Amino acid sequence: MKQLFIFCISCLLLFSCGSKSTDQQTTDASSQSNPRQAVKIKGSETVLPVSEKAVQVYMKSHPEANISVTGGGSGVGIAALMKNATDIAQASRAIKFSEKEKIQESGKSVKEVVVAYDGLAVITHPSNKVSQLTRAQLEDIFTGNIKNWKEVGGEDLEIIPYARETSSGTYEFFKEVVLDDKNYMSGIMSMPANGSIIQSVSQTKGAIAYVGIAYLNKTVKALAVSFDQGKTYAMPTDQNVKEKKIPSGPPTILLLFI
Amino acid sequence: MKHNPFIRKMLEKITEQILRLSGAITSITILFICFFLFKEGIHLFNNPDIEKGYGLYVHSRNPTIQLSPEQTKKVFDGELDNWKELGWDDKNISLFRIDDAFEIHSEKDLGENYELLPQKLSEIISNDESIIAFLPKKYAPSGASVKELISENIKIGDYFLGKEWLPTATPAPLFGVLPLVLGTLFVSIIALLIALPLGLGVAIYLAELAGEKQRRLLKPVIELLAGIPSVVYGFFGLVVLAPIVQKAFGIPVGETALTGSLILAIMALPTIISVSEDALRNTPREMREASLALGASQWQTIYRVVIPYAKSGISAAVVLGIGRAIGETMAVLMVTGNAALIPHSVFDSVRTIPATIAAELGEAPLGSAHYQSLFLLGCILFVFTMIISIVAEIISKKKNYKTH
Repeated sequence: MKQLFIFCISCLLLFSCGSKSTDQQTTDASSQSNPRQAVKIKGSETVLPVSEKAVQVYMKSHPEANISVTGGGSGVGIAALMKNATDIAQASRAIKFSEKEKIQESGKSVKEVVVAYDGLAVITHPSNKVSQLTRAQLEDIFTGNIKNWKEVGGEDLEIIPYARETSSGTYEFFKEVVLDDKNYMSGIMSMPANGSIIQSVSQTKGAIAYVGIAYLNKTVKALAVSFDQGKTYAMPTDQNVKEKKIPSGPPTILLLFI
Repeated sequence: MKHNPFIRKMLEKITEQILRLSGAITSITILFICFFLFKEGIHLFNNPDIEKGYGLYVHSRNPTIQLSPEQTKKVFDGELDNWKELGWDDKNISLFRIDDAFEIHSEKDLGENYELLPQKLSEIISNDESIIAFLPKKYAPSGASVKELISENIKIGDYFLGKEWLPTATPAPLFGVLPLVLGTLFVSIIALLIALPLGLGVAIYLAELAGEKQRRLLKPVIELLAGIPSVVYGFFGLVVLAPIVQKAFGIPVGETALTGSLILAIMALPTIISVSEDALRNTPREMREASLALGASQWQTIYRVVIPYAKSGISAAVVLGIGRAIGETMAVLMVTGNAALIPHSVFDSVRTIPATIAAELGEAPLGSAHYQSLFLLGCILFVFTMIISIVAEIISKKKNYKTH
């Protein structure tokens, strides 16, 4: 248990300062913990690269530690946590009320630790003349009320919104924050991964979609988004994510039993 | 080598038992998979049509007794925003979700384990006649001015005939599989229409016209097609084929049913070619010679003798080709756009059953209605492929005596 907690703390430190050195205090403390105890981490594919890296760095300074990291998805991780099949669940969304309830029924409680925030970028084809949209416009586009780019100041071209698959934490996050909990239009195009969304948007003129800002590249154009009825627009940059000017999420979270 | 007859007998007996056992294990595995699929799937209809553990609450003066899942979805999406449309007075519907309670009241107001939450919720509801609240049953508000709407179990008809697939919608997920079933069949049949003429052509060429040299070169190349991983096909489809289709037909989106069908056609080709080529080659030499001896040309022999004789084998190839196309997952997931709409043309985007399962199972909470609905989709797919294999079996056994 102790090892687990220390791991989390070192994760936090690692993520927050971005340095690759594990700090001194954890080294001292963990040498007292049971070296045989295995720590299992399971869940979101979004968090996976980060936690893998963190574990690698941690293991380098703690060769006796036994930590396994597996993916499977946010839902799978939380389900495993409920069944006590994992020590830490990683998720790219906040834990749902119903999931929290279920864990509480088993007499345990979970602790959420936010390790990072991902910024969300709204993207279009590079040839698109529209460069900014308000949240309300985005809602209308993704729920199917606005169907043509000329309604939002662009050329006369059909809007083709792409979404992520329903299993994705990003899908849920976008729905909650941008669509105000409304459902996406029925029959929206949905792509299995961030990479394929970029690919599709870069080759479809009327496309609009959203991806984590880490996936942005030159083949697509990022839009400035306004969350205050058009008073200020913010581009998806690291700085704006930090200042919470753009939808700064989905949060990547580690959940652990206490 | 001389063996003790007793030991030899024993060894034979053991081998026989092992063979018998492996047969039994295979059959048991198949039965087990079926059982597992259906057992998980059938539970779907025991789930309430709004999210488990939650209820919909209205003011007691509201005469509404029940909302269908579609109505619930429309209400919470803001498409239905007046109670008049649901048969009550002209009042705007105000929506309330559990999260809103935390915006009105601080966590402190609600008590340590939220024991004051039900009371606050019933206050909120009694203050607003036009409210509809989506709340967990655990904190169900009580009191004279609160009424819970009746929720039924998910209906079989809604599942098989529903036109909307929104499995993660709250409060009422919609599990209409019709677009998925039609999408799967549509893509597979178009794929077959493309692959059949091409595959048959190659098979005839290989069996009848090609020399030994060409055959020796072509056959492994075709078999290599079957060896390419389907993800690679999907990648090729998304990056190369989709833009080509988009430009060639001048359509706004490249991820269409047609793109999926083209990829599936390429993937079904090796099956169609090798099965129908075998069938063509099995035509007895005497029949061919007799035809040629009667003065028929080579083409006439192929067209009038060889193909009719191999009819059942070719039909089996067709059916196996469909089977290959229906079950294909990754390639289709990447190129068809996955929009859950009933397709009207080949330029529509479609969502197939295997792609849906692959994309959604990863994060569907274990044992939830969504999870079970995906298993039921697996059952539907299983029934499809079973019918197809039975048909293939019947066709390939049937001998065509008319040509004799």
